[in-house]
Amino acid sequence: MASGSIGGYIEHHLKNNQLELVENSMFWTINIDSVIYTIITAVVFLGFFGYVAKNVKAGVPSKTQNFIEMIINFVNEQVNDLFHYQSKVVAPLALSIFVWVFLMNFMDLIPVDFLPWVGTYAGINEMRVVPSTDLNITFGMSFAVILLVMYYNFTKKGPVGYAKEYFGHPFEGPNTLMKIVLAGPNMLLNTVETIAKPVSLGLRLFGNLYAGELIFMLIAVFTLGYGLEQLMSFGGVTMIVAQFLLGLMWALFHILIITLQAFIFMMLSVVYLAQSHDTGH
Amino acid sequence: MNIGITLIIQMVVFIVVVLITMKYIWPVILGAMEEREKQIADGLAATDEAEVALKKAQDEADGILNEAKGQASEVRESANKMATKIKDQAKADAIAEKERQMSAAVAEIEQEANRAKENLRKQVSSLALAGAEKLLSKEVDDKVHADLLNDLVKEI
Repeated sequence: MASGSIGGYIEHHLKNNQLELVENSMFWTINIDSVIYTIITAVVFLGFFGYVAKNVKAGVPSKTQNFIEMIINFVNEQVNDLFHYQSKVVAPLALSIFVWVFLMNFMDLIPVDFLPWVGTYAGINEMRVVPSTDLNITFGMSFAVILLVMYYNFTKKGPVGYAKEYFGHPFEGPNTLMKIVLAGPNMLLNTVETIAKPVSLGLRLFGNLYAGELIFMLIAVFTLGYGLEQLMSFGGVTMIVAQFLLGLMWALFHILIITLQAFIFMMLSVVYLAQSHDTGH
Repeated sequence: MNIGITLIIQMVVFIVVVLITMKYIWPVILGAMEEREKQIADGLAATDEAEVALKKAQDEADGILNEAKGQASEVRESANKMATKIKDQAKADAIAEKERQMSAAVAEIEQEANRAKENLRKQVSSLALAGAEKLLSKEVDDKVHADLLNDLVKEI
C-alpha cells in the first residue's frame, strides 16, 4: 500500500522478490519467494505424509492416517483408471502433484496482504506467496513431467517405435508412398502436440491461480485510499462490508478452483504418462 | 515475469519431492492399506470357514445325540425285558417253593399219621394181650405167644 495508488498496489503485489545471480541477466535471476514457498509447501507435504508413513499401521488406523489413506486411495483410483501399466513412479508422482500443487494453490486463500505485511517487519518489501502464480514454478513441474514422458516414450516404445509413431500418426498412409507424403504433416502435428503439452499444462495452472490472486487483489483494493477517518464514515463501512462479502465469496469459490486445478494437473500428467506407455500404435 | 533459473530449481525440487514420495511415502502407506485389506479378507474368509465348521460340528453333535438317544431307548427296553424276566422267574420260583413245602408238609403229616397208627396198633395189641391174659387168668408166655400176637397185630 506504500505506493498509494491502485495500479501501484497491484504492481507491487505481482512483483517477485528477486535475486540476480548475474547482473542484468534474466535467466540467472531467482524468484526467491516462489522457491521458498514451494519448498515450504513441499516440506509440509512430505513432513505430514512422512510422519503418517512412519507411524503407519495395518491395524485400526488413527484419524490422521485415515485422512491420508483417503487421499492416497483417491489418487490410486484415478491412476488405476487411466494408467493400465506397471509403474512404481506414476502413482507417487500423481500424489505429489496433487497434494503439493494443492498446497501451493492453498497459499492463495491466505489473505493477500497478510504474509507480505508480516514480511515488511522482517525487512522484506516484495513478496508473492502463491508459488503457482509464478510461471517458473508451473513450467518447472510440467517440463519435469514431460521429460519423464519423453523418457518413457524412448524406453517403452524404443527410438524406432517412437519415431514410427511420430511420423506415422495421426494420418496413416495405406502404402509406402503415402506414408512418406504424410510423414511431414504428421511430424508437424506431433511437434505441435509435444510442445503444447507442457505449455498448456503449466499455463493452465498458472493462469487460473494468477487470475484468482488478481481478483483477491482487486477486492483488497476496495478499501485502498480510505484513510482511518474515512473508514469510520458510512461509505467506508459499506466498503469494508462489501470487501468482506466479496472476499468471502471469492475465497469459497476459489477453494473449488485450487482443488480442481491440482486435480487437473495430476490427471493430465497421468494421461500423458499413460500415452507414453501405450505401445499399441 | 521472467523465465529462468527458478524453473530449473523447481524441476529439481519437484524431482526430489517425487523421489521421496516414491521411496518413503507411497509404498509404505499403500502397503499398510493392502495389508489391512488382506487382513479383512482373511478375517471374512475365516468367518465363512468357521460358519461351515460350526454347521458341521452341529450336525455331528446332532448325530451323536440321536445315537445316544437310540442307545438309551435300547438300554431301557432291555432293562424292561430283564425286569419282566426276573419277575417271572421269581414268581415261578415262589410257586415251586410253595409246592415243595406243601408236599413236604403233606408227607410229614402222613408220616405222623402212620406213626400214630402204629402206636395205636401196638397199644391195642398190648391191651388185647392184657385183656386176654386177664381172660385166661393165666400167664401167657410172651415168647410163646409172640408169633400169635404178631399175626393178630397184622390182621388189625
